Amino acid sequence: MAHHEFTTPVTEAQVRALQVNDTVTLQGTLYGIRDATQIHLFDRGRTTRFDLRGHAVIHTAPNVKPVAKTPANPAGYAPLCIGTTTSDRMERFTHPLMQQCGVRLIIGKGGLREASLTAFGELGGAYLAIVGGTAALETTWVEAIEDVDLDDLNPESLWKFRVRGFGPLLVAMDSHGASLYSEVKRHAQARRAEALASLGVKA
Amino acid sequence: MKVDPAQVETVARELYIRALKLLPPDVKQGFDALARRESDPGAQRVLGTMIRNIQVAEQTDNLLCQDTGIPIYNVAIGRNVDIDGHALKQAIRSGCERATREHPFRSSVVHPVTRANEHSSCGRGVPVIALDFSDAEETLEIEMIPKGSGSENNSFLRMAIPAEGVDAIKRFVIDCVLEAGGKTCPPTIVGVGVGGTADLCVHLAKVAATRPLGSQCDDAEGAKLETELTRAVNLLGVGPQGLGGDATAFAVHVETAATHITMNPVAVNMQCHSARRARATFRPGGIEYGY
Repeated sequence: MAHHEFTTPVTEAQVRALQVNDTVTLQGTLYGIRDATQIHLFDRGRTTRFDLRGHAVIHTAPNVKPVAKTPANPAGYAPLCIGTTTSDRMERFTHPLMQQCGVRLIIGKGGLREASLTAFGELGGAYLAIVGGTAALETTWVEAIEDVDLDDLNPESLWKFRVRGFGPLLVAMDSHGASLYSEVKRHAQARRAEALASLGVKA
Repeated sequence: MKVDPAQVETVARELYIRALKLLPPDVKQGFDALARRESDPGAQRVLGTMIRNIQVAEQTDNLLCQDTGIPIYNVAIGRNVDIDGHALKQAIRSGCERATREHPFRSSVVHPVTRANEHSSCGRGVPVIALDFSDAEETLEIEMIPKGSGSENNSFLRMAIPAEGVDAIKRFVIDCVLEAGGKTCPPTIVGVGVGGTADLCVHLAKVAATRPLGSQCDDAEGAKLETELTRAVNLLGVGPQGLGGDATAFAVHVETAATHITMNPVAVNMQCHSARRARATFRPGGIEYGY
């Protein structure tokens, strides 16, 4: 259960050193991505001018305020409340996100499934769990919105955040085939009969 | 009591913002109770982060969660209240839109086919406005619920049959909680609708999921199910965020309605741990805000 301080972008070796139950804190650049962003990138053939190689993405669509462009708010947006959405809906995008864009780390809540776990193993990636529904706290880790692309999809644009002390995040799926979500699911299924018995119901 | 729609608009605006920022006291107490009982160290850390977030939101005057949800306004019109019903609905819609644009915060509402976002938290049939009548003298109550999608996406209906009995209801609830896993942002309030028609059953599940913690179903049979099911779902070990632990749900809430002799419907609707709700009560003496 080691702790890792990462400044993005990261190398494949750094990511492959991660094991479930380790923790990670990020500094530097973090990209925000969501359903519509990935539907447009991978189903509708759009491209981004951002280089995501070695980077971390977070499943989010933030609350922002349009402001004048200044050095503090270079994209013309002030961050108001930045949180994390349920990752499961974006399961099928993990592989292209890693293979086509070179993303190494995915931050989300609720976990991803088997195909993502396979992609993490094949291509060298990991899933970092944040505590969902704690956006007020998460926002204090975001210094600025540095840039934005595909902004016609707002709020599901491709966001470039500058973060400091973003974490600790829990390594919940690693490149060695381990997933805390699968483990918890297996245990919970095993307890189904016990829960039903407590209700006087046959499994 | 005569109610001015302009006041309703102001209140509808204020309620959306309050609901997004201030967690009701019963939910805070619910967190404390779960944290006291939790035996898993990892789950303790997750609950601790959630509790800290409630404090940070208050200290920084920020939204608890980035998901501004689908706005729901539940209106209860008491006796001898003079209000133009159509104007009331328009005022709520305007207040909802103003909150979104003026605060500002994210509009999470899109057209279901084109996915176009009007950036107003409004659209066809949204905000959801549920009108009802109460026996309270000269009282108008408006409750606002920003319903987050992580939990709403885990909504389930099963048209069971009488031969399956109440066992089908219990089994369905357990299986829905297992299926939802961490996707609903547990610990949750599991809302269960029992009986009615298909649409009424789902509505009851929503009423149950958004009821204050500590409240009980006013049908004794429903209340009995609440006690049994709350204990049972917390045996599963899904835990906060689906990462394992004791605290899978704050509670299971049940609402019941009579049903057809051939029917045995059960619905589940979940409320995530950010169980947000705000309330305003209009009386002749003024407007009071609460939860």
